[in-house]
Amino acid sequence: MNISTKKEASALLVTVAGRMDAVTAPEFEKSILDFIAQGERNFLINLSGLEYISSAGLRSILASAKRLKEQNGKLVFSGLQGHVKEVFSISGFHGIFKIYDSDAEGLKGF
Amino acid sequence: MTVIGHIKLPAVLENLMAITACVTTAAAAAGFSARRIGDMELVLEESVTNVFKYASPGNPGEIDITCTLGEGEFTIEIRDPGREFDITKLPDPDLGQHISERPIGGLGAYIIKRISDDVSYRRLPGLNILTLVFKREFKKQ
Repeated sequence: MNISTKKEASALLVTVAGRMDAVTAPEFEKSILDFIAQGERNFLINLSGLEYISSAGLRSILASAKRLKEQNGKLVFSGLQGHVKEVFSISGFHGIFKIYDSDAEGLKGF
Repeated sequence: MTVIGHIKLPAVLENLMAITACVTTAAAAAGFSARRIGDMELVLEESVTNVFKYASPGNPGEIDITCTLGEGEFTIEIRDPGREFDITKLPDPDLGQHISERPIGGLGAYIIKRISDDVSYRRLPGLNILTLVFKREFKKQ
């Protein structure tokens, strides 16, 4: 899994590529929690380069979102495709997270 | 039914990749589509990480996985010596809950049930046996 970030005016854009599985998911959660500790509150997570996600990945996303909610922050997504889109849909994540087609739309939503 | 893959390793997370590789290699050799192999990979991860989680700490025992090919279907049988754990009896999560109410976890078993074409569990003395069946054609969600 590869995580890169870019500071935008309305949010931190976090691009996650590769695999978010039982082995790598804790890395994602840790980096989001670190950014929250540094004061970030708005996150746009771009998953266009993510090839695979399991419930371990969903769990780390949900844990990060819960922490953000306590801090009045927000986490939204862009670029879901293929397998990742299906797993989000099966798990009902489409109903609890805002999912945008592009980063530009996502950044406008904050 | 022909056995086309088998692996037996200590039930620890470090062995996830080796287990996945064994099953996906067998499914690819049997001519299953990349999409169905992706389904198998996900269901397998959900199943074996449950085994790792419920294994006795310090003495995880071995997880034993056998892949068989039948008429148009691929079967993965997972045997483990952990405490009794029947995922088929777990209630489905409430997918309508909001972020604050939604419990962390509980999605793994649901994903297994939704994506596999058939899931069955039996308990033998000291052994959990989970059987997962995948048909060649993609299952409509």
